[in-house]
Amino acid sequence: MNFHDRHLLRLRMNGEDHTLSDLDPRVTLLDLLRERLHLTGTKKGCNFGECGACTVHLDGRRVNACMIFAVSADGREVTTIEGLANGDALHPVQQAFIDHDGFQCGFCTPGQVMSAAALIEEGHTGSDAEIREWMSGNLCRCSAYPQIVEAVRAAAGRAAQ
Amino acid sequence: MTPFVYARADSLGETIAAGAAPDSAFLAGGTELLNWLRLGIAEPTRIIDISRLDGLDQIEALPGSGLKIGALTHLNDVAQHALVMRDYPVLSQAILNAASPQLRNLATIGGNLLQKTRCAYFRAEEQLPCNKRELGSGCSALHGINDNHAIFGWTEDCVATQPSDPAVALAALDAVIVTAHRSGGRRIPAAEFHLLPDSRPEADNVLQQGELVTAIELPAPAPRSAYLKVRERESYEYAIVSAAAVLEMDGRTIRRAGLALGSVALRPWRLSAAEERLAGAEIGDREALSAAIEQSFAEARPLSQNAYKVELAKTAALRAIEKAARMPS
Amino acid sequence: MTISQPVARPDGGVKVTGRARYAADYFAPDLLYAVLVTAPVPVGRVTSIIVDDALAEEGVVRVLTHEDMPKFGQFASPRAEPDTDMQQAEGPPAAQSFMPMQSDEIRHEGQPLAIVLGETLEAAEAGARRVALRYQFAEPELPTRPEWTAIDKAAVEPRESGFLFLEPTFSKGDVDGGIAKAAATVEAVYLQPSRHHNAMEPSATLAEWNDGELTLHDATQHVYGVRQVLAARMNMPAEKVRVISRHTGGGFGGKGWIWPHQVLAAAAARIMQRPVRLALSRADAYSCLGYQPRMAQKIVLAADRSGKLTAVQQDVVNLTTVSDDFVEFATEASKGLYATPAMRVSQRVERANVAMPTPMRAPVEGPGTWALESAMDELAHRLGIDPLDLRLVNHADTDPATGQPWSSKKLREAYEEGARLFGWRERPRNPQRDGDWLIGYGMATCSMGCFRNPTPAAEVRLRRDGTVLIRTGTQDIGTGTLTIFPQIAADVLGLPMEKVDLEMGDTQLPEAGPTYGSSSTMGVGAAVLAAAEDARSQLARLANLLPDEVEMQNGHIRRRGAAGGQTIADVMSHTDIGEIIGSGSFDPAQYGKGLAMRTFGAIFMEVGVDPGLGLLRLRRAIGSYSAGRIVNPRTARSQMTGGIIWGWGMAAMEQSRHEPVLGRFLSKNLSGVAIPVNADIPGDIIIHFVDEVDEHASPIGGKGIGELGATGVAAAVANAVFDATGKRIRELPITPEKLL
Repeated sequence: MNFHDRHLLRLRMNGEDHTLSDLDPRVTLLDLLRERLHLTGTKKGCNFGECGACTVHLDGRRVNACMIFAVSADGREVTTIEGLANGDALHPVQQAFIDHDGFQCGFCTPGQVMSAAALIEEGHTGSDAEIREWMSGNLCRCSAYPQIVEAVRAAAGRAAQ
Repeated sequence: MTPFVYARADSLGETIAAGAAPDSAFLAGGTELLNWLRLGIAEPTRIIDISRLDGLDQIEALPGSGLKIGALTHLNDVAQHALVMRDYPVLSQAILNAASPQLRNLATIGGNLLQKTRCAYFRAEEQLPCNKRELGSGCSALHGINDNHAIFGWTEDCVATQPSDPAVALAALDAVIVTAHRSGGRRIPAAEFHLLPDSRPEADNVLQQGELVTAIELPAPAPRSAYLKVRERESYEYAIVSAAAVLEMDGRTIRRAGLALGSVALRPWRLSAAEERLAGAEIGDREALSAAIEQSFAEARPLSQNAYKVELAKTAALRAIEKAARMPS
Repeated sequence: MTISQPVARPDGGVKVTGRARYAADYFAPDLLYAVLVTAPVPVGRVTSIIVDDALAEEGVVRVLTHEDMPKFGQFASPRAEPDTDMQQAEGPPAAQSFMPMQSDEIRHEGQPLAIVLGETLEAAEAGARRVALRYQFAEPELPTRPEWTAIDKAAVEPRESGFLFLEPTFSKGDVDGGIAKAAATVEAVYLQPSRHHNAMEPSATLAEWNDGELTLHDATQHVYGVRQVLAARMNMPAEKVRVISRHTGGGFGGKGWIWPHQVLAAAAARIMQRPVRLALSRADAYSCLGYQPRMAQKIVLAADRSGKLTAVQQDVVNLTTVSDDFVEFATEASKGLYATPAMRVSQRVERANVAMPTPMRAPVEGPGTWALESAMDELAHRLGIDPLDLRLVNHADTDPATGQPWSSKKLREAYEEGARLFGWRERPRNPQRDGDWLIGYGMATCSMGCFRNPTPAAEVRLRRDGTVLIRTGTQDIGTGTLTIFPQIAADVLGLPMEKVDLEMGDTQLPEAGPTYGSSSTMGVGAAVLAAAEDARSQLARLANLLPDEVEMQNGHIRRRGAAGGQTIADVMSHTDIGEIIGSGSFDPAQYGKGLAMRTFGAIFMEVGVDPGLGLLRLRRAIGSYSAGRIVNPRTARSQMTGGIIWGWGMAAMEQSRHEPVLGRFLSKNLSGVAIPVNADIPGDIIIHFVDEVDEHASPIGGKGIGELGATGVAAAVANAVFDATGKRIRELPITPEKLL
């Protein structure tokens, strides 16, 4: 087994291929996004997997970017909040968050939106209670929780149509 | 984090060979390891990324009866697997009560069993007196804040609890943890996997350096099983107390019961004495059920601030039994 | 008319796409990452800081200690009275007088002792773990046991300082006589733990120097406050400090005043001659910023048979740091809520080697209503009077402390409509069950003082093309100001929202006050209103119309009531003016003289308690408020819902526990400190506002709402728990061990 202290990393990021060389294996996916790629939409709220502000999609699944070494995501596909919309057309979840006032300060919002988009894909929209439970990995201190549930419900309805 | 070197493992053979070297650590889901590195709880110099090892993320029926779950299967995939949901609801429920949806997409079932205590003194950003952080430094919780600590099996060296939800379900199910190691693998009963602090308070489980959990084997289906988790917050929080119940029933009568508590000791706490007395008890006869549960609490020893957990644990066990009995068979 | 419309937030687009930038999202060429090394003990002296191992880490550039730091200047609070001892008193907007890294002294656990600077975040973090501290222990003053006798014994009267906003004592009438003649009395002590703001964004500062001028990108609720304090600390003129804060990721008071890390980032950048970004870790956010301190409140209520209060007594003690006496004026509740002939209140502090407390949503009446509204419920039960009727009987028609008339108060309507929406009068009086759950109903009065900040200036620029730019040095923390200021300008200028842009969050813009204390709508909103009116007046003059007689609609200006009118472009095309610059300000002294001002409301809650498992869950809530004119019912609803959920956290789970031996917060992370998650909150939270305009508070007609929603909630929950279980809980939070 070949151990190295610097690595080559290839990622498909928001539809584009990225190659990074000389990567320190300590760099988390979150810090790679924010500090190397300047994709600062993904937020650092706790850096311990305790808040969900850094939620991104890894191979289509929602995960906490602070809990992943970037090097271990080699060859995978990452979608961040910057890559969710289709050009200028907002993702239905993004539009629903605006329509239902699903945020205040906006800091947790990218994570909430990424989580909600995945939740709908997962099919966890059977009831408001189910949405609430499956949105509970994203803390919101402004406490927009009821509006977030309304937004997810609306976006799921639109997606189903 | 202290600098380390990293490599991705391609085969089980090279993994267990490389893992035998001291200061090596396996990286699977990473949801615990990264935090250990940040806090200095672990400072490995070599990290072996096992997340892409082939064949360890499958769920398959065992010949005859039972289910084998690859250790690298992500928690959400275990919990939402049709066979797990149908035949082992206690495990599905335990997993879905753990962590958050995002963390469950990363964390693996094997790695989950290796998580360390949530004791605030152990997890502190600055190293505090704690025998799990530094053997011989003492236990801050013993005379400090211990209202959420152990009521069973603690010693003056450590009063912490094991926080895994799935581990409680696996203990109640009599699951087997399968490992691989350079010197040969083992099959470890789930209830014996974690270590109490009486011998080596610094250790968490029976694994040796370089020993890798490869699979969890579940015995015969247990459709009448359920998990109950008590916490002040409704979700995304560790338990104050949890309970897993696995029942075999004849009508309303319990034929056989498996019962385990979580967050009351440094390992899932099997209530063996209660299980014996539960055989023959009727669901609906709360007095009989409570009396049976009481059998296992003679050995409960609350700390200075957590006597409430004794009563709470009894009720949780009772409710878990009743919940299991309501599951369709 | 855009005012009072439920307009969607214009900042939605940038916030749902990740384009909204917060302090830690900024970069600068040659940026250095800063990581703090903090004190592991609550008191003592650092004897040595060994940095060799840290410097050996690849990418670590420097480790700064107190020996490297400049001598920071004093900051004299503008609140200090001239010609008195107070003149030099430190106070807000500085959060504390004590500046760390000025000597070897340790005054609280978590205090910054060194700054590790690295080329990468990984390097700086690794270096920070390698800094070795040697220190001398001293005997710490630690918080006493959380019980009244111990706290009462430790309590002292607060010192004069910039943090003492009000008199610590107040009395009127014959309290002892009122108690002696009472038909019923309640005497009880109510406790609450220290709690942190836990904003989702940990505070962060990017400091950059250019030719002796300092630019900060900062997470703050007050860019001008940062400028003021930084200039004083760095011994430089304020004009040479620019502070930018486009978006702040939640404040709640935690970013209201200016903390040492903001100064340390600037100092580090000057020493290094390179830009420095200091983003606090989540753990730092527990010890380098403030929190609502632990409090004990002893309340005595006395009433006659009809429930009319004959005396009120409230004695409050809050924890504070050894350096400054922060006072949490919970006694404002007694002074503001109910009519009583006699009252005696006092505020004291308990000093300890802990971090400095600070205001937190909701300060003052937040803790105050927890105690008073719990005691009112106890009194109602003792007298056999419905808790709502007890409040109605004691309704204060004038300010209870001063006797002044209210600027506006429609609390009776708020009670009535809240009760109707909740079904309070029809609620079941016999014990209710739902499976394992006991159901209970509780209510409480909500109230906040009216904190009005002067706004020196705001600008509204009306351009020839019919677009508008509002310029104000206030800041966005999510409360809705980005929405309502454009609404106000659009309303005056008869333009649709899309035509109005807003520039804020920069000290290069006209000076505005802080975004805290529920003060922005009244303060900045009124200045924007005045500026928009000024722009309209200027346009009127250009159009040869009398400013007082015009109205604007659909991009036209005309005499009020007239048809048609001239377009903005038409009017301006006759001149060589490219844009009209309207300016406005708000001086609270000009409004509501001699009047008492408050916001009011009532919260009705239904909770479930599972006594077997000790669980407490929220089932539904109705908040009904009298808060003046509501500029935007949609953002206002989110503010109130957020406040109620905040109050739920206070009631049911939140606590930052003081470790009794080590003198640190037991947990400094979000898994050890519970705050509500989505699954805790049922959808059934209904918000109602009484139709009201308070023209005395400010020309907007509105008052503040950001904190009001968080008041009363903890008491309403405890009262509902009592209704469900018969257990009176007087210590927050109401966790399982208290309910079993």
